[in-house]
Amino acid sequence: MDLAEKILQKDKRAVARLITLIERENLEAREALKKLYKYTGNSFVIGITGPPGAGKSSLVNELAKKIREKGKTVGIIAVDPTSPFTGGALLGDRIRMQDLTLDEGIFIRSMGSRGSLGGITKAAYDAVKVLDAYGMDYVIIETVGVGQTEIDIVKLADTVVLVLVPGLGDDVQAIKAGIMEIADIFAVNKSDREGADRLVHEIEMMMELSQKDFDFRPPIVKTVAVTGEGIDVLECRISEHLDYLCKNGILEQKRKTRVKEEFMELLKEHITRLILQKNESKIDMLVRDISNRTVDPYTALDILTKEIF
Amino acid sequence: MQETKTIRVLIAKPGLDGHDRGAKVIARALRDAGMEVIYTGLRQTPEQIVEAAIQEDVDVIGLSILSGAHNVLFPRVIELLREKGADDILVVGGGVIPHDDIPYLKECGIAEIFTPGTPISQIVEFIKNNVKK
Repeated sequence: MDLAEKILQKDKRAVARLITLIERENLEAREALKKLYKYTGNSFVIGITGPPGAGKSSLVNELAKKIREKGKTVGIIAVDPTSPFTGGALLGDRIRMQDLTLDEGIFIRSMGSRGSLGGITKAAYDAVKVLDAYGMDYVIIETVGVGQTEIDIVKLADTVVLVLVPGLGDDVQAIKAGIMEIADIFAVNKSDREGADRLVHEIEMMMELSQKDFDFRPPIVKTVAVTGEGIDVLECRISEHLDYLCKNGILEQKRKTRVKEEFMELLKEHITRLILQKNESKIDMLVRDISNRTVDPYTALDILTKEIF
Repeated sequence: MQETKTIRVLIAKPGLDGHDRGAKVIARALRDAGMEVIYTGLRQTPEQIVEAAIQEDVDVIGLSILSGAHNVLFPRVIELLREKGADDILVVGGGVIPHDDIPYLKECGIAEIFTPGTPISQIVEFIKNNVKK
């Protein structure tokens, strides 16, 4: 039996193995994904993002428990940063999810960001497909503790929950571009701390100032992940968002866009690799000429593309 | 396609002791050696450790123990790995472990025991030379 068949028969080790092969860019992984693709598209993908220390892992832990109470299964992908210097990583999000480990309906995988700058690793796109084909009702992706522009999660998730905490900045932060724009739902975590109400107020203000007409106005939920407070409301808001996406055909549209983007990425990567492989010496020569200023980069591009196409 | 292999290590503290500075030092050192280290935190049961190791598809499990329960908990981890058909994972141990106990632990299937004072480079080298997959 090959990996794909084993995964369809609910073999957990095969799931773990395939995700490793995906991370290694192994050719066998591609073959398995080819077979699994038609079994994907059934999981709801929830992205959990926010600054480091906001309590994303604890929130994922509580959220997963709530979803399990409804009898649904949950796959979790927890991304932590890879060192750009050594390639090593310390993946510590499982610490907050200890009570989920032995639950048969939950599968947790930690992944290093491995050079990706968008907040999630490239391999996560395919890891979601694996968990989807494995039959998980929900896949939760926790991104690396993001700053202001690591917002790739919007490309991958059906619903994005932005986790914020009191005390990180003034109200100008709330009207900056980038991360504040991607939330379908705001979770103000550690809301037992001072400043929580002010933060809620600032987020509301930001939405007031927006010229955008919200069909689904992002709700703001106050949570305290370590005690589980507010998690039931958060779970409720997520369900409402999913309902909204389904009823209005937005989910279908979102997923179509995602399929196209993913395919374009794949195409770009593949074509680049082909060109680099087949024209290595020519490219080296052109690069040398560009450095010597005997040719400019644009002319060099013309020369190369004329030869290829 | 260029295949890139990164060694994945699970660092776990089985049993009831509440002190994990040593485990964190090792985790950090392995990270600096270019490995992906999954740290699972304190007070883990052997069942939790083995389950996490399977889901994370690690090459190595590093068990750290200071409480004296190593003769029970280490062999239990090995036993569970065998039961689940995951005994291709390299298991090493560390912590406050009397020298007299080491032969027994190795007999049970722990590949190596690192006691306090072991140079970290030695641990890194051992792992690099002994991962099975």
